Amino acid sequence: MTSQLTPGIVPGRLGPEEIGKNFSDLHAPLDRHEATVAADRCYFCHEAPCVTACPTEIDIPLFIRQIATGMPEAAAKTIFEQNILGGMCARVCPTETLCEEACVREAAEGKPVEIGRLQRHATDSLMSRQGHPFHRAAETGKRVAVVGAGPAGLACAHRLAMKGHTVTIYEARSKPGGLNEYGIAAYKATDAFAAREVDWLLGIGGITIEYDRPLGADLDLETLRTDFDAVFLGMGLGGVNALDAPGNDRDGVADAVDFIAELRQSENLTKLPVGRHVVVIGGGMTAVDAAVQSKLLGAEQVTLAYRRGPDKMPASQYERDLATSKGVRILTHVMPKAMHGNGSVAEIELEYTQEIDGSLQGTGETFRLPADQVFRAIGQSLVSGLGLDMAGSKIATSDNGRTSLDKVWAGGDCTPGEDLTVVAVSEGRDAAEDIHAALTGA
Amino acid sequence: MADLTNDFLGVKSPNPFWLASAPPTDKEYNVRRAFEAGWGGVVWKTLGAEGPPVVNVNGPRYGAIYGADRRLLGLNNIELITDRSLETNLEEMARVKSDYPDHALIASIMVPCEEEAWAAILPRVAETGADGIELNFGCPHGMSERGMGAAVGQVPEYIEMVTRWCKKHYDRPVIVKLTPNITDIRKPATAARNGGADAVSLINTINSITSVNLDSFAPEPTIDGKGTHGGYCGPAVKPIAMSMVSEIARDPETHGLPISGIGGITTWRDAAEFMTLGCGTVQVCTAAMTYGFKIVEEMKRGLSEWMDDKGFASTSDFVGKAIPNVTDWQYLNLNYVTKARIDQDACIKCGRCYAACEDTSHQAISMSPDRVFEVEDDECVACNLCVDVCPVEECITMERLPTGSVDPRTGKRIETDYANWTTHPNNPLAPAAE
Repeated sequence: MTSQLTPGIVPGRLGPEEIGKNFSDLHAPLDRHEATVAADRCYFCHEAPCVTACPTEIDIPLFIRQIATGMPEAAAKTIFEQNILGGMCARVCPTETLCEEACVREAAEGKPVEIGRLQRHATDSLMSRQGHPFHRAAETGKRVAVVGAGPAGLACAHRLAMKGHTVTIYEARSKPGGLNEYGIAAYKATDAFAAREVDWLLGIGGITIEYDRPLGADLDLETLRTDFDAVFLGMGLGGVNALDAPGNDRDGVADAVDFIAELRQSENLTKLPVGRHVVVIGGGMTAVDAAVQSKLLGAEQVTLAYRRGPDKMPASQYERDLATSKGVRILTHVMPKAMHGNGSVAEIELEYTQEIDGSLQGTGETFRLPADQVFRAIGQSLVSGLGLDMAGSKIATSDNGRTSLDKVWAGGDCTPGEDLTVVAVSEGRDAAEDIHAALTGA
Repeated sequence: MADLTNDFLGVKSPNPFWLASAPPTDKEYNVRRAFEAGWGGVVWKTLGAEGPPVVNVNGPRYGAIYGADRRLLGLNNIELITDRSLETNLEEMARVKSDYPDHALIASIMVPCEEEAWAAILPRVAETGADGIELNFGCPHGMSERGMGAAVGQVPEYIEMVTRWCKKHYDRPVIVKLTPNITDIRKPATAARNGGADAVSLINTINSITSVNLDSFAPEPTIDGKGTHGGYCGPAVKPIAMSMVSEIARDPETHGLPISGIGGITTWRDAAEFMTLGCGTVQVCTAAMTYGFKIVEEMKRGLSEWMDDKGFASTSDFVGKAIPNVTDWQYLNLNYVTKARIDQDACIKCGRCYAACEDTSHQAISMSPDRVFEVEDDECVACNLCVDVCPVEECITMERLPTGSVDPRTGKRIETDYANWTTHPNNPLAPAAE
């Protein structure tokens, strides 16, 4: 009988009931009463700071007032006009560093209006209805290719379709949604929400998705440029940054993104193997998601090892608190020195670090932790720049996502800026408006 | 701890907090519990004449207005006077009074506008040992259609006449309860005084429709698809009530007439405010109906604490204390110049002051790109709207400009002297300057 103490990487450390509980909704949805109480706290600020803090500039005071006046579905339209993936953003946005951090009641009482949960209340209300809330304009006859059915591509495609253009999305994987489907922690988007959201979004009409069609051998940018009136690139970061430490190739050492994708696609989490001693290398959201989910799957000990101090950690305080509340231990100022073991990894050797004049250096002092599973979560990168001008490792864009190549726009994680769903949505949407203007001369 | 014992028209009560004539005082059970909970007195739910009692609707009687977090701000009702027999009420009153001799028990009465009706009921009320009576000339719904309640209260001549009958047939204090559904509250108050009333109590409820159901297109509360206006009460009516109380308190015709204040009193502070405007006692209903009898505990403790802070030994020390400061607009000092001041440390940057001032007032608040809000003294007329809409208490205050300084808005020096509209050069009726 497998338990949390079983050595190695094995499935079934926890029973179905506990797994079910662990991977249920992180925050239960607000019911109508709760939503009314929460909505009553909003001050309807002038040029509200929360709106400024939202990358998609949702009119938050307005939608909250609509909830307060008993119109959650109208509130949802206010949200979706700005952010068609408002349902997912309500679940995955780091609101604690965006709208809710800016909320004046955070300043006043250290307790912001629960904007994220209110947004979910509104969007859930409308999405549970039959049909799609927006109408498509008359066909323009213009055709646009979108690469990637992640948040950026979907937001772009929806806006273009709404304007009457015909959109073909080329998606590398066999399902749409991008990181909403394959990334983010399972407990943030339960009940196949990512897939349901895409179905709902496609209700606008005029969008076709071709799956298993990555840019590459049989699909190249030049062909898209020739065959379509415009192209939007909304690819994700397909590459994973390498970890430069001996033993990196041992069995049991894997990329966090692959683990998360496998977990998200798993039909039965009791069948998903996980180590007894898991160590996650990194300090971002992916690292936290991998660490927390390992713990929730039943790993006995999960350690998140980050090379810099807590203040530098990309994961928000909220995410870190979530991790520690689930039993993940966070170590800072440590970096991997080597993975030891006889074949499979058995131990990780970590070295303490210090920052001297801004540069990170090992102190020479090391220690070992038992580790039968190590996840690398030290960042992802764009696989190919497709010959476009780059800004660092990402595709350079000017306002509204125009790239260096005529007829080609880009947005989302493949372009500079924060790699957040909500940022991707805003970039996809804005590029769509610009494409529309370019195609119609508007 | 300050002494809260109260003497109103010679009627003693352990404190000035009485329950108004209303559902909470409809029967012995409630009144005993109210006294046990600490209420100083009750005005028993209005008695009608001998005979079959009135009937109430069998659907909803109340409607409400809410503030944030469903806090009840206003309540309206279409309930009538007691629907229990006169005999039952009188028996219960006598029992309660004999068990609570130190508490005030006032009988509210509403019978037809005929002397014999009053002459018939008053001796029976007297037999109960009740400390006094309150004439219900205020009920705005139902009874008024039958020529009683507000139908009497809206005709000063009737008030005077009925009051006179009561003084003739009853030897204990007579309080006349006034309806606010009238243009000038001083007229019925004067009539009551002329009729010999010992006191007035006000306000009764205000004609109201609290809401319209947007599915059935009928007013709420809805009885089988129809609604009618009810009587409005609760915190929302307090400002109206206090204004009416102050009118009676300071009018030469009625000045000095004892007043029992009613209208939205919910906290000790509300009570104290009414009392400073001349109320010798206050009556509470909606607050008890919203929160239960226990709220009197907060009122007692709060009032006592405040009295201690102020050095008031008894309630009579502050009853009427604000009356001299209620005046007419024309006597307000036009040389009193204030400006809004924003405490930047307390400001949470919601911008409501800015929106209010910019959109609807005098464009006297500036907003910087980083959301610092500052008052522009050369535009600020000190209207107070920013203070009123600011969610943080004391964040925005009105500060008086010192004498001798210059008001940047008018360019005029601030004078020490008091000067009002009656002498202002812009006033065509002002006496010419020497």
